[in-house]
Amino acid sequence: MERNEILNTVNNVFIDVLDDDNLVLTEATTANDVEEWDSLNHIQLVVAIERQFKIRFASQEILSWQNVGEMVDSIAAKLNL
Amino acid sequence: MKIFSELKKNLKNDFSNLTPVKVALLGDNPTQLLTIALRGTGYDMGFDLQIWEAGFAQIERQVFDQASEFYAYQPDVVIIFHSSHHLLQKYNKLNPEDYSSLAEERLKQVENLTAAINSGLTAKIIHYNFPEINDGVFGSYANKTQSSFLFQTRKLNYGLMEYAMNKAGFYICDLAAVQIQCGKATLFHPSVYINTGMVLSIDILPEVAARTVEVIAGMYGKFKKCLVFDLDNTIWGGVIGDDGIENIQLGGLGIGKAFTELQHWLKKLKNRGIILAACSKNTEAIAMEAFDQHPDMVLKVEDVAVFAINWDNKVDNLLHIQSILNIGFDSMVFLDDNPFERDMVRQNIPEITVPELPSDPADYLEYLYSLNLFETASLSNEDAGRTKLYQTESKRTAEKQSFVNEDDFLKSLNMVSVVEPFTNFNIPRVAQLTQRSNQFNLRTVRYTEAELKKLAKSEQVFSFSFGLEDKFGDNALIAVAILKKENDDTLFIDTWLMSCRVLKRGMENFVLNELIDAAAKIGIKYLKGEYLPTVKNGIVKEHYANLGFTEQDGYWTIPVDGYQTKKTFISRK
Repeated sequence: MERNEILNTVNNVFIDVLDDDNLVLTEATTANDVEEWDSLNHIQLVVAIERQFKIRFASQEILSWQNVGEMVDSIAAKLNL
Repeated sequence: MKIFSELKKNLKNDFSNLTPVKVALLGDNPTQLLTIALRGTGYDMGFDLQIWEAGFAQIERQVFDQASEFYAYQPDVVIIFHSSHHLLQKYNKLNPEDYSSLAEERLKQVENLTAAINSGLTAKIIHYNFPEINDGVFGSYANKTQSSFLFQTRKLNYGLMEYAMNKAGFYICDLAAVQIQCGKATLFHPSVYINTGMVLSIDILPEVAARTVEVIAGMYGKFKKCLVFDLDNTIWGGVIGDDGIENIQLGGLGIGKAFTELQHWLKKLKNRGIILAACSKNTEAIAMEAFDQHPDMVLKVEDVAVFAINWDNKVDNLLHIQSILNIGFDSMVFLDDNPFERDMVRQNIPEITVPELPSDPADYLEYLYSLNLFETASLSNEDAGRTKLYQTESKRTAEKQSFVNEDDFLKSLNMVSVVEPFTNFNIPRVAQLTQRSNQFNLRTVRYTEAELKKLAKSEQVFSFSFGLEDKFGDNALIAVAILKKENDDTLFIDTWLMSCRVLKRGMENFVLNELIDAAAKIGIKYLKGEYLPTVKNGIVKEHYANLGFTEQDGYWTIPVDGYQTKKTFISRK
């Protein structure tokens, strides 16, 4: 799966979970940039992304991402294994 | 079942027409997502659950402080969520010599919490039990080791059951059974726990919420009362009309075992008080032969309240069954192996629950177990005898058709009513009636046993329970009235309800005669009633008008002086 495609899919998951149709993510987006992205929603996003890509993150990974780009790195690494 | 994100979307819907219930949720773990799941599930089940959450790990602080926000909120239902993980954390910190007292101490804590809540509120309490965590320290030898965590967890769960059994208003929601059903790997996600402290995975939240709201629904009178089943390929294998009685599949061999075990399950439901009815496209005489003669039939004729076996369509037959039983379609379950019949029933009677039976009969039972169709918040001795009551009702219906004159028919029934105030003997059944009766119920006030006991002691309250017997059998306790003194002249009819199986017997006249009689004896001048409409009690909209009450400002009154005793064919026992 292309990196762009992963980002788009992640974007759609965010739109669904955070219920914000206008949300546009870039690789540089952080939790500070998105109002609804709090710790409670973070865990829901993680579970929704795991479900979407049929992957499982390690518990430390979940808290390690500094921005959406690093999240995409983790997904890409698991998909390309 | 919906997933969590779908339940979350429910929160944007309009809750204004749903039954409001104030819920306090107290957890020793983060409960924000459980709250969302509960509210979303409540929406689908007809409830506006208004949930107040105690802050994280504030159970004791809130409950033991009578001035806390918890008491100020005045919840109807309190949910307490002590988790196995916190129990384990506590155990881990104990001195080894104290391991064996873990369950006892926790039970004492539950008792103290309950006592505190009961002293400040009349709310019902739901307590989750403890899904097992096998920490593997002793292996299977944990079962022989009182100090093992597994031993203590199981002892605690058993202790909670014993406590709940004897404690009215205290209910267990069986989280441990959810773990058994869905597996620990589904219930608990270690990474979610490590990162957030949540002991429930997001995937299991809908299941846990469903089990919880089902308990609440039971408290509010929403539960299944009747199971209607098809015959061919549903309770036995094969088609009896084609294959013949000796070739249907039943008994210990092959696929017959699946049907026999299903029949045992149906029989247990019947013994518990669920009404069974058969609805099948068959020639009646051929199908009944199986009930009468097949050696492996577990279900017998006397287990089934109504048989609708003919070649009419199932929707009509279900309407017929419903009219005999006089219960709402939303309290009925319809089991049929045929997807076409299921769809037809669903489309025409959407309120009925129609399980999507798997195609392989071997899967029927496990699938049905997983649906938790028969949650309840109370049981009485009478439940077990309910089938017999409805069978006599069928006989009455048959006899009625032979009388041209309604009065002659009623006279022929030789009806006798036992009228009593509330006593410790009848209070369980009275409580159940207040919780279950939806149709003939003027104000639909629900009471617990504890509340009724308080009422029975009050000098301002006059309580009446009515039993009814006739030549066909004992209908037991079928009507309840609670009158409260409003002033020296007036009694307010707080509750007047009747079981629908005694409709059209002149019971309302008899009850009013009794109420007026009692009022006259204590010098009361007026009875005052009120009709509070619900979705289900339309049949009593004109109740007070029909009985000669006059309306003013939404209340109905009737003078005691000059009351003309109403015609009734019921005599007082």
